[in-house]
Amino acid sequence: MRHTIRQVFRSSNFLIGFIVFVLLFATVIIYPLIVTYPPLEIISQGTFFPPGIYVNVYDSIGSTPYILNLDDASAKRIAGKLKNTDRQAMKDWLVAYGISEDEIDISDSAGLLRLWEVNYDPSTRLAGMTYAKHMYYQRLNTSLQGILSSEGVIVAAPNAETGALEETGTVKQSDYVNVNEVPNVRVLALGTDNFGRDVLTELVRAAAVSIEIGLIAGTLATLIGLSLGLLAGYVGGLVDDIIMFFTNLLTVIPTIVLLILISYSIGQERRGAFTIALVIGFTSWFWTTRAVRAQVISLRNRDHVNLSKLSGHSIVHIIVADILPYVASYVVMAFILQISAGILTEASLSIIGLGPRTTTDPTLGLMMNWALIYQAPILGKWWAYIPVVLVIALITFSMNLMNTGLDQVFNPALRE
Amino acid sequence: LKGYRRYFLNKLAWFAVTFVCAFLLNFILPRLMPGDPVAGIVARMAQGATNATGVQAIYRQYTELFHTNEPMIQQFFIYVKNVFRGDFGFSFSQYPRTVADVIKSSIWWTICLQFPAIIVGWLIGNTLGALAAYIRKGFDKVLMPVSILVSNFPAFGMAVILLSIFGVTLKWFPASGGYGFDMIPNPSWKFVWSVIVHYQLPFWSIVLITIGGQAIGMRSMAIYELNEDYVKYSRFMGIKDRKIIGYVFRNAMLPQITGLALSIGTMVSGALVAEIIFSYPGLGSTILSAVTGQDYPLISGATLIITLMVLVAMFVVDILYGFIDPRIKATQLD
Repeated sequence: MRHTIRQVFRSSNFLIGFIVFVLLFATVIIYPLIVTYPPLEIISQGTFFPPGIYVNVYDSIGSTPYILNLDDASAKRIAGKLKNTDRQAMKDWLVAYGISEDEIDISDSAGLLRLWEVNYDPSTRLAGMTYAKHMYYQRLNTSLQGILSSEGVIVAAPNAETGALEETGTVKQSDYVNVNEVPNVRVLALGTDNFGRDVLTELVRAAAVSIEIGLIAGTLATLIGLSLGLLAGYVGGLVDDIIMFFTNLLTVIPTIVLLILISYSIGQERRGAFTIALVIGFTSWFWTTRAVRAQVISLRNRDHVNLSKLSGHSIVHIIVADILPYVASYVVMAFILQISAGILTEASLSIIGLGPRTTTDPTLGLMMNWALIYQAPILGKWWAYIPVVLVIALITFSMNLMNTGLDQVFNPALRE
Repeated sequence: LKGYRRYFLNKLAWFAVTFVCAFLLNFILPRLMPGDPVAGIVARMAQGATNATGVQAIYRQYTELFHTNEPMIQQFFIYVKNVFRGDFGFSFSQYPRTVADVIKSSIWWTICLQFPAIIVGWLIGNTLGALAAYIRKGFDKVLMPVSILVSNFPAFGMAVILLSIFGVTLKWFPASGGYGFDMIPNPSWKFVWSVIVHYQLPFWSIVLITIGGQAIGMRSMAIYELNEDYVKYSRFMGIKDRKIIGYVFRNAMLPQITGLALSIGTMVSGALVAEIIFSYPGLGSTILSAVTGQDYPLISGATLIITLMVLVAMFVVDILYGFIDPRIKATQLD
């Protein structure tokens, strides 16, 4: 036994898969200890905030300013407000207005802005321009106001009694705050999702729940598969016929059809993560049964089994002591595959809309489902679904690597 | 052909039994659902209606229409009778369309998308796997990890990634639908072109997924065969390498064909989810809308059709297998 385990860990495939899985597992356990926000708390007003560090504006005005004289600050400021597409749009407007194209140089911010200021009038609507485009130029014009000024801005607060604005401070263009001194900073490493929830926190919790579903489904499927396979293979006869009838039936009927029908029948209210795991487990045992049965049949008439029979051991004893050790390696491999299949199945089921109904725990499939329903791919909000796909792929990849490693150890023909 | 006939009949009988069981499950499972589906539609239809008797009349009419007021056994016989006439009843969520009508408009999209994709993926995958087994070295070193990675990728993951790279970021192909949203299906070149363009992303996402798994399977089968005694024996006999490889791949191919028959169900389920991601107007999207609309006649009809599709495909593969593998005939003759 110890020798086998040592050999397994010497396989590089297994080791890599194992390490990846352990790291994922550790993240899933440790992260909630450090970041204790509830995973499904709605924090943002509005949907799909891009990933980044969110610094409270109010607090940063209140923090002590540091003056840094950086040369490229104003250039960056202009570039930030005046994107290349905006520059092109301004040029288009000016050309349509009647300025000759040679006069306009979109790389020269000051020149472009001067031309714009002189010529643009929000009330003139050019012929052939859609209303949306017209409004876009009005918004652009507003955002450009004061872009070239080198003055700071005055911060004012309304007086509680008179309601008049009173100056409370000024913010110069060279003022900086140290993010560490701002009391309210929230890092949203993966932004927020369609409901305005922190994707990273949600993702970690979802991975935990999905792994749980995979483990429950895998354990159940392996247990059922193993016991039926042992029974069918060793006992044979009518028992074998009956078990094999159902096994063949389930192999041929597409599993997705069964899953859809069963989870639809369970009904929305009772479809929790645990129930879905059970359903997946109950519909995926037959591959294990088939393989175990085939192996048991080839073992059934070996000498050591016959000897055991002659010594008067009970069937249970023979199965556990003389047959199980020979199929154990296969069963471990099947178990690993069942876990990853369980995670994938949950995801597919959730995408169809038949996943767990929960308000407390996300799953990887549900996150996919939400992202798809809210059109995240079309809107280009990659942070809502790419990390989910990657986590799923990473889990299944690590599992399959472990499986390949085990396969190479137990089937020497496959080794390099 | 005597041996074959027995093999075919055997297979046919087996698939018939399976279909009957699937049919029973199809009928029973959705009807175990708690809650009254008719009440659901009536609530939707009668939104804003203040007349209680009117609502009740609507409810009664729908109950009779869908036979939900009769005992289960009666419902079953009505169902069997209707299904054999190709009548799956009315769709709850898309009333007054019939289920048959909804399925008819989506099934061809599914068939034309999935089966070509699975076959192309299977062919490419097997060729690559065989090459990897034969060449080994560099090709194998690159192909294997890539195939493992790709085959581990969930089908929907591949679909989503292709969608976001080629559909949304690069805008090479349209990201959703089966044809341009501004078009009505008609036999013009413009429409055909639009269908072809929309076909690409779903098609290749299914092909890519299929390739990975098949390549891995074929590679290990071919390696196994290459170490067989008959290969060594043929080498000693001085038979040309090319010819030996022909034998080897023919033998390695056989389990792959059985494997194809067994995995069609899984592949179809992956492809259904891919359809949903691309909003492809096939059965996958139909099931999604049926699930959201609590539409059990449609779910049951769609799943029945999918089962039938998969069973027929498996049957065809099994029959082909019988022709390709002469041992089948031999065992049946005994």
